[in-house]
Amino acid sequence: MRYPASEKKERAMKERIAGENIIRKVIARLLIPFIQLYGLYVIAHGEIGPGGGFQGGVILGASMILYVIAFGMEEGRKRMSRKINDLLSSTGVLIYGGIGLLCILAGGAYLEYDILLPGSPGLGSHLGIYGIEIGVGITVAAVMITIFFETARRDND
Amino acid sequence: MIDFILLFFLVVCAIAAVRMKDLLSAIIILGAYSLVMAVVWTRMNAVDVAFTEASVGAGITSVLLLAALSRTQRGEDDRRRRTEDRRHDAEDTRQDMEDRRRGAEERRRKTEFSTRTKKTGISAHSLLSLIVVIVTGAVLVYGTIDMPDYGDPDAPANLHVAPRYIERSYKDTGAENFVTAVLASYRGYDTLGETTVIFTAGICVILLLRRKREQ
Repeated sequence: MRYPASEKKERAMKERIAGENIIRKVIARLLIPFIQLYGLYVIAHGEIGPGGGFQGGVILGASMILYVIAFGMEEGRKRMSRKINDLLSSTGVLIYGGIGLLCILAGGAYLEYDILLPGSPGLGSHLGIYGIEIGVGITVAAVMITIFFETARRDND
Repeated sequence: MIDFILLFFLVVCAIAAVRMKDLLSAIIILGAYSLVMAVVWTRMNAVDVAFTEASVGAGITSVLLLAALSRTQRGEDDRRRRTEDRRHDAEDTRQDMEDRRRGAEERRRKTEFSTRTKKTGISAHSLLSLIVVIVTGAVLVYGTIDMPDYGDPDAPANLHVAPRYIERSYKDTGAENFVTAVLASYRGYDTLGETTVIFTAGICVILLLRRKREQ
């Protein structure tokens, strides 16, 4: 239950914040695509360069956190709803464990990627490593966003 | 030379972060500490560790600490204030002594006596801490005497499984970065566990901090 007075105050505060944050918003809007691209690059190039799923996931999560810092919690929730976020954080682990199970189904040991593609162990290994990096990245990014969302104070607290 | 400068920066950052009263500044300084640490890792050719340090230590940790800070106040807790009180006590004692020299009454002297005993208690406390710190530091330095030189090819760590990883990881896994080969393939179980730990952390945060009224 909100009182009208506080609602008015809140709206005034929001307007004030919206006016103040123009630099923050423009910079964030400019930077976020590049940060996300870099995060994806780091995940994808974990095999041949430094980095990997964990670091790339952290970078992806940081880009979303930057968005929330610049545009506020509610706008952030529009982009990354709680449901999708929760789903993503478990999806990553599911991908990781699922690849392990696929290896068993293909006739190998758990997480034995060589067996994934019959006939070409090298490509199977690539795919397996790539897949688990993506899984790690998804989980890490989603959990970082979750921790930030749940820890940071909201206006109505 | 640059290593010494970086290590000096590290020590300066660490001491500044501990001594800072303003928690926001302390968080920023910790971020700077992690960034310098990332440069140190790069200097030691541990690029993957440097990457993690820069993104997690300097980046996300600072942000998450800031988020936590938004739920509390910026100042430090009472402990620092208590030390300040103690300092005031000490000043009072000094003033009391002057008073006594001027010939103040006995009651004054009694309170002066009590504050003085309190003060000696504190100094014994800090003396004990100093001894513990010195002994721990000495043990750590003593421990480094036995350690092999940095990058020594005959060091036990470089003789065990490292050569196998370096020689065979590309053939075994097809990953050119053998840190990734170790993490994703040789030690795949560990990485699965690590991911599960992060997932569990997320679940714990949701369980503990998610507000019911928003659902």
